[in-house]
Amino acid sequence: MNALAVEFRAIGMSFGTKVAVKDINLSVQRGDYVVLLGPSGGGKTTLLNILGGFLTPTAGRVLIDGADVTDIAPAKRPTTTVFQDYALFPHMTVAGNVGFGLKMQSLPKAEQSPRIAQALEMVGLAHLAGRRIHELSGGQRQRIALARALAVEPTVLLLDEPLGALDMKLRRQMQEELKAIQKRVGTTFVHVTHDQEEAMAIADVIVVMNDGFIEDLGPPERIYLRPASRFTATFMGESNLFDGKVTAVNGDRLTVEAAFGQFEITGPGEEGQEVCLVVRPEHLSSSSDENRSGRQLLLGQGRIEETGFFGTHHQCLVQLAGHGALIRLRLPQRAAPQIGDSLELFADPSDIAVVPR
Amino acid sequence: MRNLPAFLYAGLIYGFIFLPVIVLVLFSFQESRVPVPPFDGPSLKWYDAFLSDDRVVEALLNSVIVAMASSAVSVVLGFLAAFSLARHRVRMGGLLQGLLTAPLTVSYLIIAMGLLITFNMLGIPKSLLTIGIGHVVINLPLCFAIIFSQMGAHQANMERAARDLGAREWQVLALVTVPLLWPALFAAFFLSVTFSWDEFIIAFMVSRFEVTLPVEIWSMLRTGLNPQTNAVGSFVFLVSVAIVFLLDMVLFRKKKT
Repeated sequence: MNALAVEFRAIGMSFGTKVAVKDINLSVQRGDYVVLLGPSGGGKTTLLNILGGFLTPTAGRVLIDGADVTDIAPAKRPTTTVFQDYALFPHMTVAGNVGFGLKMQSLPKAEQSPRIAQALEMVGLAHLAGRRIHELSGGQRQRIALARALAVEPTVLLLDEPLGALDMKLRRQMQEELKAIQKRVGTTFVHVTHDQEEAMAIADVIVVMNDGFIEDLGPPERIYLRPASRFTATFMGESNLFDGKVTAVNGDRLTVEAAFGQFEITGPGEEGQEVCLVVRPEHLSSSSDENRSGRQLLLGQGRIEETGFFGTHHQCLVQLAGHGALIRLRLPQRAAPQIGDSLELFADPSDIAVVPR
Repeated sequence: MRNLPAFLYAGLIYGFIFLPVIVLVLFSFQESRVPVPPFDGPSLKWYDAFLSDDRVVEALLNSVIVAMASSAVSVVLGFLAAFSLARHRVRMGGLLQGLLTAPLTVSYLIIAMGLLITFNMLGIPKSLLTIGIGHVVINLPLCFAIIFSQMGAHQANMERAARDLGAREWQVLALVTVPLLWPALFAAFFLSVTFSWDEFIIAFMVSRFEVTLPVEIWSMLRTGLNPQTNAVGSFVFLVSVAIVFLLDMVLFRKKKT
């Protein structure tokens, strides 16, 4: 048994003159829930199609479970897909859909039924086995598509924006369910989405893709708190960017100079390098906060330009003196900020991430 | 009463279209030997007469064979052509598609002449086979157009899903594509049957001893008007109506679900 479920080796794909993905190297550990995240046109769906066998890459090799599958048709690959529109067969019953893959494997009828029942049990829809597809709700269809793909016990399950057609509440609920099912069956999942909240909620590993390249790769916390690139920092959640310059390097400790002063932070960099400092809205605090610790760095004086109540917090846009773009920050529920209020902004240097400019 | 002109107009149009048919059917029930007023029926003796006329019954069976066989061939060929053009990138696909549907615009007389010359050149004797080939020529474009129009991207995705789950190409066709296209295949087949069933020009020109019902009716007409001809004609008409009705029923039932 191979520790790597999937390996992309120098994968490239172009359609005519248009390059969709370029020189992708990516390894997926067995049993991981991997999310390919990025804006549309970023190449994530192309990569998924290459893995599923629907596209043959113009360069590089694809390995599944250590075996080269680059030239193998989808039917013969140990992968199955949950399609965005589910692509369930409307002329078959739910059980007929879930059992389709088993029937294609010429499994004896007697062995098919328990496997179908088991797959339906897993998604909690055993009572719908005899129904027709058009009698199901959107969420139920999604689950049946999942059961159909998992019934054949693939090495890797591919999910192509599987939650895109669901409303927000159902989507959040299905995220938890997908994650739970993946942990239970232990199959490697590769999931494509453009929803960064969805990615953070379910992934073991997030692969951020943009413009055919892998921008960043790692566990959600790392990607969010220590983004590797400016693109990742702005694509994953909200962030405020400040320009800075590395003045000294001591191991992984950097001394950085910015408009609001000189300070020490942790991160990659070289002496003299122009960098971007990433500060998340929730890491900014104002002078009106009571429980502010002493290690805070003063960013400057600002004026509230816009404010909105989001339930858990107030989201404010602040004009910081001497800074071009408006700063986003979150104030506590009880803060009751008003437009025109002026405040001092503080941040803890250990919360600040540094990315190349 | 401002709708009166509209009613009059509609009455005239429908009268113009349906009066000949009504007259045909009515006088097939005539008692006496001539199908002209006054009507002295109703009587089924002319239906009895044509059903016991060996030549008519043989022509009727020939018509059924030609209609069924040529329609089946047209649907199969039309389906395969539509599948390849809709699902694969075919070189000069647009041109092929145009060539496939072009015969729809050519007059049956021209097609019949072309077929006649071709069959003579190739030395193929005139028979039911040549009539069948002629009917495939006129019905294939129709079948192709109907089936091609129903092959959407949504179905392509389902075919993709079937392949993903391990289906081989023939299994994709048999288990997904054909069942999903069932209404279109059904419509194409029965429309072809009705066109073949009452087609005269091609059947007349490329047949000799074995003839279809419309050709037999024509040779009966040459010996003068006779209620038996009316009875055969009414029969041909009723079969066509029945098929169209069946088609309508099945397709409407499909649409509701």
